[in-house]
Amino acid sequence: MNMPYYVAPEQMMKDRADFARKGIARGKSLVALQYSEGIAIIAENPSNTLRKSSEIYDRIAFAGVGKYNEFDSLRVLGVRSADLKGYQFSREDVDARSLANQYAQIIGQTFTHEVKPLEVEILVAELGMTPVADQLFHIMYDGTVIDEKPFIVIGGDTDTIKTKVAAAFKDNMSLQEACKLARTALSSDERVLTASDLEVTVLQRNGSRRCFKRLAENSLATLLN
Amino acid sequence: MKFPVFPIDQDPGSNFGELLKRVGLSPFAVYANVSQLDIPHATTCVAVRCSGGVVMAGDRRATSGNLISHRTMEKVVQADDFSGVAIAGAAGPAMEMVKLFQLQIEHYEKVEGQPLSLEGKANQLSMFVRNNLPAAMQGLMVVPIFAGYDEHIDQGRLWDYDATGGRYEETDFVATGSGQLHASTVLRVSWRSDIGVNEAIELVSRALWEAADADSATGGPDVLRGIYPVVASITKDGFTRVPDSDLAVIYSAITTGVQQR
Repeated sequence: MNMPYYVAPEQMMKDRADFARKGIARGKSLVALQYSEGIAIIAENPSNTLRKSSEIYDRIAFAGVGKYNEFDSLRVLGVRSADLKGYQFSREDVDARSLANQYAQIIGQTFTHEVKPLEVEILVAELGMTPVADQLFHIMYDGTVIDEKPFIVIGGDTDTIKTKVAAAFKDNMSLQEACKLARTALSSDERVLTASDLEVTVLQRNGSRRCFKRLAENSLATLLN
Repeated sequence: MKFPVFPIDQDPGSNFGELLKRVGLSPFAVYANVSQLDIPHATTCVAVRCSGGVVMAGDRRATSGNLISHRTMEKVVQADDFSGVAIAGAAGPAMEMVKLFQLQIEHYEKVEGQPLSLEGKANQLSMFVRNNLPAAMQGLMVVPIFAGYDEHIDQGRLWDYDATGGRYEETDFVATGSGQLHASTVLRVSWRSDIGVNEAIELVSRALWEAADADSATGGPDVLRGIYPVVASITKDGFTRVPDSDLAVIYSAITTGVQQR
C-alpha cells in the first residue's frame, strides 16, 4: 500500500498562498478611493475591452486583479446573485457586505479544497447615501475580507502604491484630482501611465438609480491633462 | 443567500429568465382556469412614431368585470434609457412580465458588458409573451407594445405583439387593449409622417379620450382627482414622462372642443 507523503498543513497553506500571490503579482494593480461625488476605481489596464471593474447593481461595483477568467466568472456570479436578490425581495435589500461575504466563502472554499487556489483579489464597493456610509471591501485570494476606507489598493506591488496614495490622499478630492493621484501612484519611475493605459469607473452620487459610470478614454485624457 | 453556481452545460449565461428557472423561481407558472375569476384587467395603450422618436400613452384604469379596481395603474413603463413598454391584459401577469423584462435588459447589459440592441429587446419581450401562452389560454392574456429610440438609425421604432408571442414591427402607430379600435381610428385619421413630438403627445391624448368615450373599460382623464393618462416621449434625450400639468392643458382643450361640437 502506498502511503501518501505527509505535508504539514502550515506548509500546504503557505505553498498555496505563495502560488496565488505569484499569479496576482503578474497582473497590474488597481486603486479605489473616495472622492467628492462618490467612489472612483482606477486600474492599470492596457485592454480596452477586457474590463477589470464593472457594475454589479445600482450602487455596487466590482473590480478584480489577477487572472482575468477567474475574476470575470466571479463578477458574473455577483451580478446573478444581486439581480436574484433584488427580484425576490427589494432593490434596497441588495448590499455589498453580503456579496463580499459570499465572495469570501467561495474564494476561501476554493483556496482550501480545490486543486488550485484562485489567483485573484477582488474589491466590492458600495456607494452609500452619504460618504460616511460608503463601503469598500477587499477580498484576498484565501477568502480573507477586509473593509478599508478611504482607499484600497489591490494587486501585486501594493505596498509602494499604498504609500504613494496615502501620502497624497485628501478628503473631498475632485474626480480630476483623484485620477491624477491614482495615475501617479500606479506609474513607476520608468513609465508614466497615460489615459489609454488606465480604466476608470465611478460610483457617482448623482440621484439616479444606477450610479455606475465608465469614463470614456477621451474624457479621461482631458481629465489627466 | 448562496451564490448561484452552475455546471458549464447548465449555465444560464446572460438570460435572467433561465437563471430564475434554474434556481426554482420561474415566474411562468401554469395557472388553473381563472377565466371565471374577476382578475383586474388593464386596457388601452397606444404608441406613435414621430420625428426623432416615439410617443407612448396608456390610460390609468384597471377593471374587474364591470367594476373599476384601480384608477391609477401605470401601464406605460420605462424599460431602459431608450425604450418603454405599454401593457394591456391581465394586470398581475402583465406587471410581472414588465418587471422581468426590465430586469432581463439590465441583467444582460451587466453580464455582457454592453446593452442589447432595440431589436434584441423587442425579440426578448416576444419570448416573454410566448412563455405566458399557457396562462393566456386560461384567460390571463398579456398583450404589450414595445417602443423605443434606435440610436443606430436615429429613429423611433415600435412593435406590437399577439398572445402567442408574434412580434410585428409597425412603421407608424399601434394601439392595443379593449379601446384599441377607437384609439387606432383616431391615430389613423390624424397621423402624418412628419408629426412632431408635441403634436404626437396631443394626438395620443386625443386617441385615449375617444377610446375612453366609447369603451367603459378605458379610463378618461379624471379631473376631479387629478389623474391623467401616462404619456411619455422617447427620443435621443431618453425617456421623458409628460407632466400632468401639460396633460391638464391638453385635455381642457379637448373638452372645450367637445363642448363646442
